[in-house]
This record gives sequence, structure tokens and C-alpha cells, in this order.
Amino acid sequence: MKACDLAIIGAGPAGMAAATEAANAGLSVIVLDEQPAPGGQIYRAIETVPEERRKILGPDYAHGAGIAQAFRNCGATYIPEATVWNINPDLSIDYSRHGGSAQVSAKHLLIATGAVERPTPLPGWTLPGVTTAGALQILLKAHGGVGDDVVLVGSGPLLYLLAQQMIAAGKPPKAIVETIDRERYIKAARHLPRALAGFGYLRKGLSMMRQIRQAGVPRFSGAHDIRIEGVHRAEAVVFSVGGKAHRIETTSVALHQGVVPNQQATRLLGCDHAWNESQRCFVPKLDVFLESSIENVFVAGDGAGIAGAKSAAMRGRLAALRVAQKLGHSNGADIRALQADLKRDEAVRPFLEALYAPSRDILQPADETIVCRCEEVTAGAIRRAVDLGAPGPNQVKSFLRSGMGPCQGRMCGLAVSAIIAERRKEEPEAIGYYRLRPPLKPLLLSELAQLEPEATRSEPL
Amino acid sequence: MFKRIKATETPRVSFSFEGQPIEASTGDTVASALMLSGQTHFRNTPISQSERGPFCMMGVCFECLVEIDGIPNRQACMIPVREGMVVRRQKGAIGVETE
Ligand code: FES
Repeated sequence: MKACDLAIIGAGPAGMAAATEAANAGLSVIVLDEQPAPGGQIYRAIETVPEERRKILGPDYAHGAGIAQAFRNCGATYIPEATVWNINPDLSIDYSRHGGSAQVSAKHLLIATGAVERPTPLPGWTLPGVTTAGALQILLKAHGGVGDDVVLVGSGPLLYLLAQQMIAAGKPPKAIVETIDRERYIKAARHLPRALAGFGYLRKGLSMMRQIRQAGVPRFSGAHDIRIEGVHRAEAVVFSVGGKAHRIETTSVALHQGVVPNQQATRLLGCDHAWNESQRCFVPKLDVFLESSIENVFVAGDGAGIAGAKSAAMRGRLAALRVAQKLGHSNGADIRALQADLKRDEAVRPFLEALYAPSRDILQPADETIVCRCEEVTAGAIRRAVDLGAPGPNQVKSFLRSGMGPCQGRMCGLAVSAIIAERRKEEPEAIGYYRLRPPLKPLLLSELAQLEPEATRSEPL
Repeated sequence: MFKRIKATETPRVSFSFEGQPIEASTGDTVASALMLSGQTHFRNTPISQSERGPFCMMGVCFECLVEIDGIPNRQACMIPVREGMVVRRQKGAIGVETE
């Protein structure tokens, strides 16, 4: 079993920046990541992207190249294509790779597993041809693929960024169906003064909107009662705006209602989480150095609360510096400056969170809507389970098998907690979240069988 | 319909899906190659047999499960294409129970 001062799960901006900082401070570092190359989802394929595609994706994406290069050169042990399936309380980590399993042990752990898309349960969202907006962005970034009749549906900056990138690629979306309405702009406006500290972000947002307008992409604001029609696959998006019904034919619907922290690793370890009402998701409880409620376990990047790629890299550095300080490798001189930079970078967030808050349609889906895609459990079934006395997600899970399919609740967890909270008229924080157990991802038996013989739970660090 | 923005110069890889030949580029995952050749139906659910295809493309949703070279429950969006792979739709029950 390999041992190190700091193990990092995830090689996105937070993981890469943390590894670089920690290795430069003289720590031994191991980075485990599921993808074949560094970058995470935000800088996916950053090392190999052809020039033409890099231009389409824009300068914010291209910025990842320098971070990846510094990471490659920093001397950290980088283990790509590694799927972490268990983290033990002694911070030994089991992962599978190329059909076998292995283990690393660490004095400190940084969870940098980023964000996942918020679940967006709508009628028809399980039809082939319906994806997340992130999925289409990955198709474009990593594989140069783009659809010719895509309808973007939902709310959030990623929708507009994707639209802008599709325009640059010569295939503008067929339409953007927005779930935010005028009221939301007014609500968000009171956060504007603070958001002005993040002026760069606002300016970029406005320029994105202008390009979408100039490309003539039809936008529908304040859409409600959205559903996707189709028999074997998506055929049309149907919705209403101000009482008027619309139907747009399409073979590709991209849904988005913002991103939320990926909680799998922090939940498995049993870190404390709090409900963040502004971001409408659970966020791990962290101190000012990003250390969780479990000693020596840190969280950086969007997994620590959504703040974007720039903040992610800064948070990664901050956590690394703190670990270096604890181990006596650093005097922590840069920590304060980083904390101040972070505060400035995150100033725009309350404005964005108010403006792009998820729509009620997906937070409280209609009874017939499937919420757990794996086990095909509807919102109505969850409500009935609550009425029959299920007090939280784990009881609903044993009643209905929701969250017991291969995705282990990644796609439905937040939605299930929110539906139970509403039904019981309690706060999501009181309702909690699915309890997670290893393996974090389904394993092949061969992957278990090949576990290194010396790697055992009781082995001293 | 998904298309590549420019016919890439990367070497071609071919594999089969449900017995049908598929042309891909190196760097493709099984999921991206199938999506870019017009395939949408990757699996049937064990409960209602309804048709599903990739949803997240980042390893989270497990909607892209296929059978690759006889091994079921493989995440098509996480697995790079290899010359001569034999890929089939995933039908029926899925994988190792997690509880
Ligand atoms: S498409 Fe979601 S796991 Fe592959």
C-alpha cells in the first residue's frame, strides 16, 4: 500500500492546484482521479483539445492548461482512471483501476470531487435524447460533438455558456427555455451592490447574453409546466409561458438547474453537512481552512459549496497550505491573502444564487414524475411513503428502493430530501440525506478479488 | 442529431454496437462514439424495460450502461473506445447490489 502526507481525490482545478501547492511545499502527494487525464469536468480534455475547439470553448476554459501543466510538473503521484470506492476512517482509500483494486493510505485527505448537476425531475426527463446541459458540454469539450436542434431548458449560467459555445461552434441552440421569471430579477437585484465586487463575472455574463441575442436564438422566460414528449426518445419540449402553450420539436433536450456539491465522499466518511438555503443544497461544514468536521479531512472546489473554477483552485491551494502548515512544512504566510482573494471571488454568488434559484417545478415535481431514475420511483410514491410514516430518505429508500440503484442516489438524493421536507413541513437539514455505504460505485467481482493482499483495514498508517 | 464540428484528423477506430459497425475517433468514449453516430438507446431498465441513454456523460447517472465484450454494466461514458470492441445494449438487472 502506498502511503503519503496528502491524498487528493479529484484532478479538477481544486485537486490540481492543491497537489501543486502541497508538492511544492515538500509534501508527499497522491492524486486519484476517475478520468484518463487531468482537468476535471470544467477543464476536460484540456491537454489534448485541438486549437480550433479551444477557441470555441473560450479563454476561461483555456486558462486550465497552465494549471494542468503545473500539476504535471509538480512531482505528485498522479493515478488516473482510478475509481475510489471506499474511504476508511483511518484515511486508507480503496480504488479500482483497470479491472483490479488497490489501496493508498494518507495522513490527510482532500476531497476535491467537485459538483454534479442538480436533479431536474420533469415529465419525460428519462427519455433518451434528454441529457444534462453538462453532458452536452462534455460532448463538445472532449469529443468535438454538437447537436443541430438542441433545446436548452432551465436556469443557470452554464446554460448561457453552453449556448455561447454552441454559437461559436456554428450550431446555435434551437431555443432556450428559461424557468426564471421577471420576479426573480427583482429579487436578485438587491444582491447587486455586493456582486459589483465581482464585476468581471457580471461583465462576462452580459457579453454572453449579447452574443446569444445577436445569434437570434429564441428565448422563452418564465416557462412553467415543462414536459418532454416522445415515445422511444425525445421528440418535443412542451411548456407554457404566462398561460400560453408552446411546443418545440427537438431530438435533444439539455436540462440544467445549477450544480450542487457531490456529497458521495463526504457522506461516506460521515462529515457533518448543513443545508444552504441560498444554494438549495447540502454543503459540508468546514472551518476557515476548509477542514471538515472529521479531523484531517479537507474539502475544496465546488464540493465545498458552489463557487466556480477560479475559487476552486484557490480553495485547493488554501487546503494544501493548511496541511503543509500542520505538518510543519509551511509557516502559513499565504493563507490570509488567499482567504481574502476567495472572499472577493465569491462576492457575485448571492446574486447568481438568487437569480438562478431552481424552479419550483423541479423542486416539487408532480406526483406522476419519476424522481429516482434507476428504480423508477415517482414523487407521488415518495409522498405516500412519507404519509405512511417514513420520516426520512433512508426509510423511504427501504420502502421504495429509491436511491438503491447503481447511481446510489446521486441523481435523486437532493430531490428526495426536498420532497420529504415539504411533505413533513420540516427543514431539509432536519430531514437529512441518504446514508451512504461502500462501495461508492458498483464493482465487478474481479475488482474486489484482486485487492492487494497486504492492504487491510487494520494496517497501521 | 450530433455531429463533429470538424472531421477530426485523429485515427479512426471501429467497433460494433448490436452487431452494427460504428466508426469512432481515438479519444472517444463508447458513449460519445455512439451518440455521434446517432444512437440514443443504450439500455432498458430492469423495472419497466423503458429505453434509456446517456444523461450526464460524467459517470454519475449510470444511464449509459452497456455490455462490452461480454461484461455487463459498463459505463459507456467512462470507457474509451478500442478497436474491435463488441458492444451490446444492457438488458435486465444491473450489477452488484450495494446494500
Ligand atoms: S451517462 Fe451518466 S454515467 Fe454515463
